[in-house]
Amino acid sequence: MGDLATSLDPEKIQVILATDCGSTTSKARFFKKIKNEYRFVCAGEAPTTVEAPYEDVTLGVRNAVREVEELIGHRLLSENGIIDKRIDDKTGIDLYVTTSSAGGGLQMMVAGVVMTMTAESAERAALGAGAIVMDIIAVNDGRRLHEKIEIMRHLRPDMILVAGGTDGGDTEHVIQTVEVIRTAEPRARLGAGYQLPIVYAGNRRARRQVEEILGSKFALTIVDNIRPVLELENSEPAREAIHELFMEHVMSHAPGYNKLMKWTPIPIMPTPAAEGRMFRTLAERRQINVIGVGLGGATTNVYSMYDGKFVRTVSANLGMSYSICNVLRSAGLQNITRWLPFDVDEVKIRNVLRNKMIRPTTIPRTIDELVTEHAVAREALRLGFEHHKLLARGLRGIRIQRTIADIFDQRSFVETYIDMMHVHMIAGTGGLLSHAPRRAQTALALIDGFLPEGVTRLAQDSVFMMPHLGVLSTVHPTAALEIFEKDCLVRMGTCIAVKGRAGEGLDALKLTAVMPDGSTVQKSLKFGEIDQIPLAEGMRATVEIEPAKELDVGAGLGKPLKTDVEGGVVGLILDARGRPLILPEDSKERRRRLLRWFSALDAYPKDAIERYGQDLGEPVKESEQEKGS
Amino acid sequence: MALAYTPGLKVKASTTIRAVRRLPILGEVLVAQGGTVEFDTAVARTSVPGGVEIVKLVYLLGVDPEDVGRYMRRKVGDKVEKGDVIAEKKGFLGMFRSVAKSPTSGVVQQVSELTGQVTIAEAPVPIEVMAYIPGQVEKVLPSEGVIIRTNAALIQGIFGLGGETHGPVVLAVRSPDEVLTVDKIRDEHGGKIIVGGSLVTVEALRRCVSLGVKGVVVGGIEDKDLSDFLGYEIGVAITGHENVGLTLIITEGFGKMRMSDRTFSLLKRLEGKEAAINGATQIRAGVIRPEIIVPQPEPERGADDFDVPSKGMEPGMAVRIIRDPDFGKIGKIVSLPVELQVVETESPVRVLRVELEDGRTVVVPRADVEIIEE
Repeated sequence: MGDLATSLDPEKIQVILATDCGSTTSKARFFKKIKNEYRFVCAGEAPTTVEAPYEDVTLGVRNAVREVEELIGHRLLSENGIIDKRIDDKTGIDLYVTTSSAGGGLQMMVAGVVMTMTAESAERAALGAGAIVMDIIAVNDGRRLHEKIEIMRHLRPDMILVAGGTDGGDTEHVIQTVEVIRTAEPRARLGAGYQLPIVYAGNRRARRQVEEILGSKFALTIVDNIRPVLELENSEPAREAIHELFMEHVMSHAPGYNKLMKWTPIPIMPTPAAEGRMFRTLAERRQINVIGVGLGGATTNVYSMYDGKFVRTVSANLGMSYSICNVLRSAGLQNITRWLPFDVDEVKIRNVLRNKMIRPTTIPRTIDELVTEHAVAREALRLGFEHHKLLARGLRGIRIQRTIADIFDQRSFVETYIDMMHVHMIAGTGGLLSHAPRRAQTALALIDGFLPEGVTRLAQDSVFMMPHLGVLSTVHPTAALEIFEKDCLVRMGTCIAVKGRAGEGLDALKLTAVMPDGSTVQKSLKFGEIDQIPLAEGMRATVEIEPAKELDVGAGLGKPLKTDVEGGVVGLILDARGRPLILPEDSKERRRRLLRWFSALDAYPKDAIERYGQDLGEPVKESEQEKGS
Repeated sequence: MALAYTPGLKVKASTTIRAVRRLPILGEVLVAQGGTVEFDTAVARTSVPGGVEIVKLVYLLGVDPEDVGRYMRRKVGDKVEKGDVIAEKKGFLGMFRSVAKSPTSGVVQQVSELTGQVTIAEAPVPIEVMAYIPGQVEKVLPSEGVIIRTNAALIQGIFGLGGETHGPVVLAVRSPDEVLTVDKIRDEHGGKIIVGGSLVTVEALRRCVSLGVKGVVVGGIEDKDLSDFLGYEIGVAITGHENVGLTLIITEGFGKMRMSDRTFSLLKRLEGKEAAINGATQIRAGVIRPEIIVPQPEPERGADDFDVPSKGMEPGMAVRIIRDPDFGKIGKIVSLPVELQVVETESPVRVLRVELEDGRTVVVPRADVEIIEE
């Protein structure tokens, strides 16, 4: 397979089919070279068939591909698979690639010696490879050995990554960890009779003993140490080994994958690994700091590329359908209902979320239910990002020389290195974000979930194709990037947000924008308001922002900032609500505020906003007049 | 999605059921192919590894890891009782003797000269897999278990709690929209599977537990009551292992929801018969829905084949709306427009037109209905 992949001639590739086998839906995307550039042509979707009674993932793939065939009249399917040679303009393809997260994706356990050092490095490597980390075992994880053994037996991972110790250092603890694994003898999740793959990426000195202890009972792969010295994290060899084992051991035991693997010359990638690859590419090409998010039905994946460091996290139980009630449990009902502009019947809201959990493929039919799902999305994003920041931080265990200035710095050295003031772009993908009826809904959800500061561009995946492009980029980066720029990435605009707090209703921000046609637009916002200036996709404007003395937009407290900004389908969003964002405690005032924000960005239909306003006894029109005009 | 639809929950008066009864690890199959089994027949048996205790000799005896073998008084494979001396180090002239005792009864599993640790494995825990449903052993899966085939009435719920059990079916309400309140739970319901209507209250559930009711089948439950009953909030819908004193099966959803007439009338017909029920629910990665199985004599014309995947939606088919507004309403598909249509949320989606039982025709996203399987 690998040979075929390297022998592909990118020049000859005109027609490309890509699929993603998701946990619920298999999604086919059809790409074609049209007038010298690669473009997205058509999408087809069908339920994933990895489970009983079908137990063959290729059935769902064929159904999704058949929808593409029907929509564009291009024959793609042969009797037994994909027509993998282009026969004429309407038959066959040049390349087929696929990603997969069906059947729960890649589920791993990681083990290290010290929780905050090698175990954390191992966790980062597994997450970076596209895995869901089921548990982290460390010598100091606070559990007794027999408890660790029970957990390993119970969880049945697809793979285990073991790290521990620096090269040449003490081997005792890492061997102790390895012995615990041998005693537990965990069984693999898929394939009753096969050996569980283990990747050892710890102290080199312990390799021989690790082989003696684990070699006969497990499929052991030894790679370079993930922390050869304390000051360095070397996760690439472990990540590569995980990808290879994912294909050889995990995918080959999932129903139908043996067949699917023969359809494509390119190794099947875990969906999050492919998605992460595109976010990473986006940041590298523009040389900017990017935060990306894949808000799915079961999981929330957050990616950051910040000052050249790439980190991916997955919050395995935060999602918008299967896991929606875990968002409820983790965030608490109050944190969800604070985003709702209507009077909340607690019992009813809880039932609505539970009913979504048990019937995850249903979609909202009323505005009330749509707004409710968007409220949950904000909390899933917030919690997912909080989780992400726990791993997006400097290596720990390193001796740091601290100066007097450091001592006065309130930030602890274990705090995340992500400073929202220096994040240049936030981009989102996943069903809810990609399919929101108005782009302003996605923009507002991203702003409220991530709380950008200063000047930040916002973008989203148009119809969910980032995983497809991620795997395509491994063999045909030109095609992947052309499609990404032209058809995948929807520029929503730029958010200009003030950091800090000022008195409610006081002047917060003055902005002068020189528009592409040379005209000037001026806006003044009171603290607590949000507003918008239309600036189309592809357009740029020069803005001069003057924040109040307590507030910062990137140049320091009260200091003006002049910069160029990009437009988009939503435009320029001026956010004078402050950071941290605090919603009023009084329910009526909070709802009134939300309605103003929704109305300022034209995020929801007017009649719905008016209805909510009437429920409050305060028509929104009056509120709009009150607004700092 | 051309082929996307939500398969309905099965409500069948007679169907063929094949129950795969598998051990979690390899073991011994106790029944033969062609044999007959009852609800409580043990069909396979094995032992799962017992607990493990680790004794750190390096600290207890103050010795180097590579020397621990020299001090061991028991060897790998030896049986030990709790408190037995497993290793001993004699000090100078026999004084300052230090010993390591076994913290549990079991077998010496491993002595590591790399870490200086001794592992004591407790006795394996025997486990048996029951037949769960009466029927015939259709196939033996060597060392793993069996497939049992039976003819039965089958009702799938949407969500449940608790594991496998069995008992006679009894109705505790007269209509599918009646609420199962505490006053409707009677002493004679102990040991039975009781059927409620549109809702069960937490007080009723608690009384059921106190009377030893085996299971409750009902249309809906308030999420708040469910959390109160469980004592915690469920995050992800993976259930079946709750130890709450009974098995609960919800047939429609959360909130007050009239049990579908079809389900209620079938349960009424089955009153008095012995049912096997399981509340286990898993919505992600392999949909498992709770089930009520009532073995029935084989019909002459042969039963439906349960394993055949359902076909897609067609005009004339009966469907149930599974999202507000109109949640729970039943109707017939009038048409399936190909083009996308914009609904109240402004989303362009694939829809269908449904004629409801009250005579109204509504346009609903295809994702928001489920097929009622005939």
